[in-house]
Amino acid sequence: MRDARYAYAGTSRQVLAGVDLDVEAGRVVAVVGPNEAGKSTLCLVAAGLAPIAIGGRLEGSVLLAGDETAGLAAYQAAQRCGILFQNPATQLSGTTSTVWEEIAFGPRNLGLDIGAIVERVEGAMATLDIAGLADRDPQRLSGGQAQLVALASVLALRPSLLVLDEPTSQLDPAGTRLVGDALGRFAADNGTAVLLVEHKTGLVARIADEVAVLVGGRIVEHGPTAEILRDPALAEHGVDPPPAVRIERAVAAAGRSGDLAGLDLAALEVDPIAGAPRPTGAPLPTGARA
Amino acid sequence: MIDAHRPGVVPGFVLRPPTGSYHALNPSTKLVLAFAEAAVAFGVRGWTGPLVVIAIVIATATAARVGRSLVPFALAVIPLVASILLVNTFLFPGATDVIARIGPLAPTWTGLEAALQATLRVAAFALSVAVFALTTPTDDLLADLERRGLGRRGVFVIGAAIGMIPRMVERASEITDSQRARGLDTEGSRWRRIRGVVPLAAPMIIGALSEVEERTMALEARAFSAPGRRTILRPLPDSAWQRIVRWVAGLGAIILVAASVAGLLPVP
Repeated sequence: MRDARYAYAGTSRQVLAGVDLDVEAGRVVAVVGPNEAGKSTLCLVAAGLAPIAIGGRLEGSVLLAGDETAGLAAYQAAQRCGILFQNPATQLSGTTSTVWEEIAFGPRNLGLDIGAIVERVEGAMATLDIAGLADRDPQRLSGGQAQLVALASVLALRPSLLVLDEPTSQLDPAGTRLVGDALGRFAADNGTAVLLVEHKTGLVARIADEVAVLVGGRIVEHGPTAEILRDPALAEHGVDPPPAVRIERAVAAAGRSGDLAGLDLAALEVDPIAGAPRPTGAPLPTGARA
Repeated sequence: MIDAHRPGVVPGFVLRPPTGSYHALNPSTKLVLAFAEAAVAFGVRGWTGPLVVIAIVIATATAARVGRSLVPFALAVIPLVASILLVNTFLFPGATDVIARIGPLAPTWTGLEAALQATLRVAAFALSVAVFALTTPTDDLLADLERRGLGRRGVFVIGAAIGMIPRMVERASEITDSQRARGLDTEGSRWRRIRGVVPLAAPMIIGALSEVEERTMALEARAFSAPGRRTILRPLPDSAWQRIVRWVAGLGAIILVAASVAGLLPVP
C-alpha cells in the first residue's frame, strides 16, 4: 500500500488517511491500534474488497501480487488475497453438508477440475491439521473449529497474501488457543504473506515478525515486534502491551530484577483461560505470581 | 465400495452414493414427479385423483425404503386436516343434508364429503413432497438446477435459506434466553408472550441484517462471483428415458387437470 486513502460510500471522511505498508512473502505483519482506528477498513482495502465489493472511494495505490486492486474483479482479488473475518458463522456458506465441501466451495466457484479441487482441499486441511473434521457438519462445529474451517476454505484458493481481521475476537479461550496455535504453525511453515489485525497483543507477540500501530487511519509506528510491543508509547496509542511486558514493567516498578530482564516475549505464553502469563521454561522471578 | 479417507479422491461421505434405484434418479426427475403428483392431487376433481396419488406415493416410498420416514410428515398435517374437517363438516355453505343436530351445530354429509376429499388432497400433496425431500439431498437438487441454468446466485439463495432455518431457530433460542435474563416474561399470559415477541424479533432481524454485509464479503473472498460454471462434485446422471418420464409426467398432469376442470374426466 502506498498512500492508501479510503472513504466509505456515502461519506467524505477518510477512514484510512494515507497508509504505507508492505507485507512481504513469508512475513507476518500485525496491525494494532485503538478502536475506530481503521483496522478493519485496512483489512478490506488490503484484500481488495474495498472498493470492489463494498464500494467507497480509494485513493493511492494498493498492489496485490503486483496488480492494482482497483483493476481487479472480486474473484481475481480472492485468488491473490484471502481474508478471514471475526465472526466464524458469517464465513461459512451455509449450503454444504460437510467441512470437506465447505473448503471446496471456493475452488468449485473457480470451475477447477475435480483433481485440483481434491488437492487443494487436502492441502488446506493438512496445513491447519483439521483433516479429522472433514466429514463433520460445518454448522455443528465449535467457534474455533469453524474459524479454522473458514481459514482453510480461504487457503484452498492459494492466495499469496492472507489478511486476518481479529480472527480470535469472538472465540472463547479454547477457540482462541486452537486458532492461535494453527496460525503460529501456519506462519512458521508457509511462504504466504500475512497481515494480522489483533487486539490480543500476546498472540501478536507469538506469531508476528513486525508490528504496525494504526491510529486515526495512519500508521504511527512500525518495526520489529519486540521493539514495538515494548515501546512505552504503545499505551498512549490505546494499545495494551502483551502480558509479559506488563509483568516486566510491574516487576521493574516494584524494584525487583532478575530473570525477567532477559525473558523472550515469544517464549512467554498467555494462558487464555487463566488470563495470566505462563512461562515456558523460563523461571518466574521471586514473588511474581503466574 | 468407496474408501471415505483415501487421499487424492473425493471422499465417500461427499459423493454419498444413492441407496436405491429411486434415490439414484436425477433430482429433476423426482422434482417433476412430485409436482405432477401434487397437481393431480389438487387439480383432479373427486376422489380418484388424490387416492391414486396416495397409492403411487406409498408404493414409491416403500420401494425407496422411506415408508416409515413419512410418518412425521403425515403427523405434521394433522392440525391442518383437523381444521379442514371441522370447518367443512359444520360450515359448508349451502348444504342441507344434515347428519345430526348437535345443539346449534349441524354437520352435513355434503360438508363431510368435501372435508374428506380435501383431507386426501392435503395428505397426497404432503406425502408426495415428503417422498421427494426424503430421496433428494438439497445439494444435489441445487447442483442439478444450476446445471440446468438456474443462476449461481439463485441457487445459493435457495440453499442458504434452507440451511438458515435451523440456525434461526437456535438463534431465537439464544436470544430468548438472554432476554429472559433481562427480565423478559416468556411464560405468562398469551398477551404477555405476544408482547415478548418484539424484544425477540428485533435482535434477530437486526442481527441477520448486520451479518449480510460480512456474509457478502466472505462469499466474494471465496470467488463466488467468478465467471463460468461451478464444478459439480457429485455426478448427477441423467438418461433419455428419464427425460421421457419428465415430459410424460408433466404433460400428463396438465392434461388430466385440464380434462377434469372441463368435465371431461369420467372418474368418481
